[in-house]
Amino acid sequence: MTQFAIDNSWLIPFMPALAFIMIVFFLRKAPQASALFSIACIFTSFVLALGVVGGILANPTTTEHSVTWFSMPGVSLEMGTLIDPISGMMVFVVTLIALLVQIYSIGYMENDPGYSTYFAYQSLFAMSMLGLVVSNNFLQMFVFWELVGLCSYLLIGFWFYKHSAREAAKKAFITNRVGDFGFLLGILFLQILFGTLNFTDLADIIPTYTNIGLLTVVALLVFAGPIGKSGQFPLHVWLPDAMEGPTPVSALIHAATMVVAGVYLIARAFFLFVAVPNALMVIAYVGGFTAFFAATIAITQNDIKRILAYSTLSQLGYMVMALGVGGLTASMFHLMTHAFFKALLFLGAGSVIHALHNKQDIWEMGGLAPKMPVTTKTFVIAALALAGIFPLAGFWSKDEILLAALSNGYTGLYLIGTFVAFLTAFYMFRLVFVAFYGEPNPENHPHESPKVMTVPLIVLACLSVVGGLVGMPWLKTNFGSYIYFGEAHHGYSLSIMLTSTLVALAGIYLAYLMYYKKTISAEAIAHRFQPIYKLLYNKYYIDEIYQWFINRVVDGAGRVAYWVDLYVVDGVVNGLANGTKWGGYLVRYLQTGQTQHYGMVLIAAVVVIVILLGLIDPSMGIFAGGGAK
Amino acid sequence: MIITLNHYLLLAAMLFCIGLYAALAKKNAISILMGIELMLNACIINLVAFNRFMAPDMVVGHVFGIFVIALAAAEVAVGLALVLTVYRDLLSVNIDDFNWLKW
Amino acid sequence: MSVSTIVFWIIAAVVLGSAISVVTAQNLVHAALFMVLTFFGVSGLYVLLEADFLAVVQILIYVGAIAVLIVFGVMLTQRKGMEETNVSSSHKWVTGILVTILMVGFAYAVTRTPWQVSDHAAPESTVGLIGELMLTRFVIPFEIVGILLLVAVLGAIILTKGARRLP
Repeated sequence: MTQFAIDNSWLIPFMPALAFIMIVFFLRKAPQASALFSIACIFTSFVLALGVVGGILANPTTTEHSVTWFSMPGVSLEMGTLIDPISGMMVFVVTLIALLVQIYSIGYMENDPGYSTYFAYQSLFAMSMLGLVVSNNFLQMFVFWELVGLCSYLLIGFWFYKHSAREAAKKAFITNRVGDFGFLLGILFLQILFGTLNFTDLADIIPTYTNIGLLTVVALLVFAGPIGKSGQFPLHVWLPDAMEGPTPVSALIHAATMVVAGVYLIARAFFLFVAVPNALMVIAYVGGFTAFFAATIAITQNDIKRILAYSTLSQLGYMVMALGVGGLTASMFHLMTHAFFKALLFLGAGSVIHALHNKQDIWEMGGLAPKMPVTTKTFVIAALALAGIFPLAGFWSKDEILLAALSNGYTGLYLIGTFVAFLTAFYMFRLVFVAFYGEPNPENHPHESPKVMTVPLIVLACLSVVGGLVGMPWLKTNFGSYIYFGEAHHGYSLSIMLTSTLVALAGIYLAYLMYYKKTISAEAIAHRFQPIYKLLYNKYYIDEIYQWFINRVVDGAGRVAYWVDLYVVDGVVNGLANGTKWGGYLVRYLQTGQTQHYGMVLIAAVVVIVILLGLIDPSMGIFAGGGAK
Repeated sequence: MIITLNHYLLLAAMLFCIGLYAALAKKNAISILMGIELMLNACIINLVAFNRFMAPDMVVGHVFGIFVIALAAAEVAVGLALVLTVYRDLLSVNIDDFNWLKW
Repeated sequence: MSVSTIVFWIIAAVVLGSAISVVTAQNLVHAALFMVLTFFGVSGLYVLLEADFLAVVQILIYVGAIAVLIVFGVMLTQRKGMEETNVSSSHKWVTGILVTILMVGFAYAVTRTPWQVSDHAAPESTVGLIGELMLTRFVIPFEIVGILLLVAVLGAIILTKGARRLP
């Protein structure tokens, strides 16, 4: 069974693809059948993924299958699957979250007119994401990379009748284009430099390559893809806006799976980045900065989904930073645990939004805890896990990252990471205390969500609790024994664990004081640090800066180009045309229509030719001819 | 003074030029036809003169002259038919009125 | 100066004078009659060139057929008076200059060319020779000219009467 799953891993992306095709062509008119078929397919994939994971746990080897896609002289491209511990873990996480989210969506999307379409998109997304995960070469990965971007666009703009959703979808798509362009250039560079895009082959070739300068450029170009897809600064702006999509979509795509594709790419191509330490350092600092930057914004936001979105950005920054400092294991571990609790947080938020009929402002919520016990409990578990409280999932993975940063000599990043842990605990519990334990809003009549929505929450809550235990450093065989780069190493530092736990507890306590007990006035602090508060509340004005840049620089350049096009390019073309036209107007007066004029010109031409012939060479001309012999 | 080939050729050339002038500068279509006849005559004079002075024992030039005369007859028949057809449409034989070749 | 020389000059004067009159006469009928005179003159030239048969053919066809056709054409197309029926166009000066240049060119070419003149005598009678050539060496052009004349006649009839589709 496990061997079958590993050998036929192409089936994993194939099943959702089948669902997509079936729904689009046959089941569009039958919403319930669409949903059930889609879930059945993703469940099959999930079972296969379990088989893959089982096989890898038993025997952690790399299995690659590929067929030639097409080849021509100098270029040979293949499609195939690469199953190793990293992709096995990813396949498991993606199929699990996708399965739970699709089940959850049955309840959440009830009565939506686009029910079938929604499940078609979900299946398409699952297919693309799984295809991305099992890719064995850069090009195939890029194809699926773009496909998940497309699905993201479709699902953000799912409620396309809303103006903001349309705008957000476009923003996500266009922002990702910027990063994807760099990624594509990087892929082309790799193809040109090494003649192959296969991960395994490249992993063998790249360490022997000596032109480090060029390789750094290539690595940074490839890193542009993750910057866009995983929302790293400065291309993070699309992710908060992407919350316009349905909440299960946010949970699946914009928290647990698609946005970590960038992180996964870095891990997959880690051999490339390890070869160039400078690129790795850039990655580390970009990640660290994003983690800090997004966390500071999150503490001032009021929209429940936006808070979670900035939290996602921050955690993605964590993962990227972990990769940058060389902690592949830590990053992948955090990716997995984060998928559990962040999906849970989003689904919980979706449950709240569902109950409150699309209210998203946390200050309009309040007092949900008694009315929605399951949602509240699972949400608090997820928040604790995210904050990194022992022994929940986030605790283990976050400590791994901090340990990786410190042990690799990035003390500054370690301090930032610790501070971000404090901010994370603070903003998560600000959210919890305000939304779930605050003053009840009399307008609201919340009710617990149906079973079909709460069961996925409970499953994810369980995973959030125990998911981190697989990475306990005391275990003889833990997460790091399978997923590592270079050599697996086990290590832990009690001091780091203690510090981060204390910091997280401090954040929770501060939130408790400010938003539950209200012994410290949040308004007063906001008032005291008015400029900082405004800066954070307005997300560092990044959107405004981009808007300014687009309005002034891009549009200005566009206007210049337009002017050039209008007057220079068109001028030349129109000038030629007009010249011909006026020339024609002039010349047509030669065409009198009088046969005699034409005859005269004919004779004149004959005369001129004869004279010329005579002038050029009288001895050879017609005059020397005649009957003379 | 002996009349040589050059005399005949120059005479034919003059006749040809007069015919050409008539063909190019006269307004009446029938005048143009007459000009063409003059030019054809000049050609035949050339043929016969060449025959007489350069190969008198063969009469090939004469044969060609007869062919040209036949052509001239055919030409004038068709030309007059054209002029008459145009005249029926335009009630004019003034070549200035025939400007259908214009843009 | 022999008689034939004098006759040549006289005939040349007649040919050129009548040809110029064809161009300059204001009355189209006069022009046609001057053309007939030109044809007669050319016929005289043929006699001088010892082309007796051609001289007869010239008179028969040109004077007897073509000139008559032209006169018919004049008759059929001129409704009003005959005055001012043979005027030149506005571009006659340009044409005149062009024609003069052409004439100078001809004269230059003719006088410059060293013609290789034969001193053989012409045959007594050309008719028999012409007939023999026409039916032996030039039989195909002869036939083609016959077809051409037939086609020209048919074409002239169709152009003037108009073609009618058979029922």
